[in-house]
Amino acid sequence: MILMGRSRMSEAVSALDGLVWDQGIARIEEVGPQGMITLRGDLGSGTIKDLATGVTSVDMPGQSEANCVADRGICWMSPDELLILCSYEDVAMNLQRIQKGLGDAHALAVDVSEARATFRISGDHVREVLAKLVPVDLSTEAFKDGMFRRTRMAQVPAAFWMCNDHMVQIVCFRSHAQYVFDLLKTAAAPGSEVNLL
Amino acid sequence: MLMLTCPCCGVTGEETEFTNGGEAHLKRYGPGTSDLDFEAYLFLRDNPKGVHFERWRHTYGCGKWFHVARCTMTLEIFGTYEAHVTTPPQEILAKIKSRRPDWIARIPGGGSE
Repeated sequence: MILMGRSRMSEAVSALDGLVWDQGIARIEEVGPQGMITLRGDLGSGTIKDLATGVTSVDMPGQSEANCVADRGICWMSPDELLILCSYEDVAMNLQRIQKGLGDAHALAVDVSEARATFRISGDHVREVLAKLVPVDLSTEAFKDGMFRRTRMAQVPAAFWMCNDHMVQIVCFRSHAQYVFDLLKTAAAPGSEVNLL
Repeated sequence: MLMLTCPCCGVTGEETEFTNGGEAHLKRYGPGTSDLDFEAYLFLRDNPKGVHFERWRHTYGCGKWFHVARCTMTLEIFGTYEAHVTTPPQEILAKIKSRRPDWIARIPGGGSE
């Protein structure tokens, strides 16, 4: 198993350095450095479940669900993959704990904090703003709190979940951060309410 | 527009979230086989009007490969099933037969049932 280290030589800066835009029908905010660990393996195994819930202190989510509290959480990515969220400072410690706990299990845990960008959009029209960009039914009946969806956002991969009825959190690749921010700005342009959802 | 349900993650999405991987259940003819078989394996594909078995990948979702049985004429999806089988499962064949009573199942790679 490979221990992925992190340079401590420089200050961590997120892709857009916390850029905020709130001149439209929703507030768009790039979230500063967010700790993320990809954990792949047999999700049915007790070891993996215990490690994931142990380092995050949240319950194990079901299929296509996310359990997040503040900057901690577990997202169900695929039948053999979890995305573990924690504070940026705790990544090294948590990763070490996971690596140690995995032992000889056929599994993989890697720090992907630097590979991703995170956005939060908030306001009364969040469902609408997002629905303009993703091929997903975002009505309140179809997409509920706690659900987690990996899909595409216009032309790039993205994943999102509802933090509450007025806030969505989005994760995308770091290199797509500016593109996603611009997309969200366009979808939330002033006067662009559809009032459908 | 095709609406596909990924059997791995259970998500139902529209086709742009997926990638088509071509005809399913091909038998591989590798080194040591006849040139004709190898050519057929590499280049010759069915192009049926009607029932068709395809490989698809949930590219923007869980990333897994799976199989789809669908009609190329009406775009009806008969069902999706796991990737690690060499022939369509019975329940998929039964579903197709119930929807297309005249359809004759062809064994992948040529021939008929």
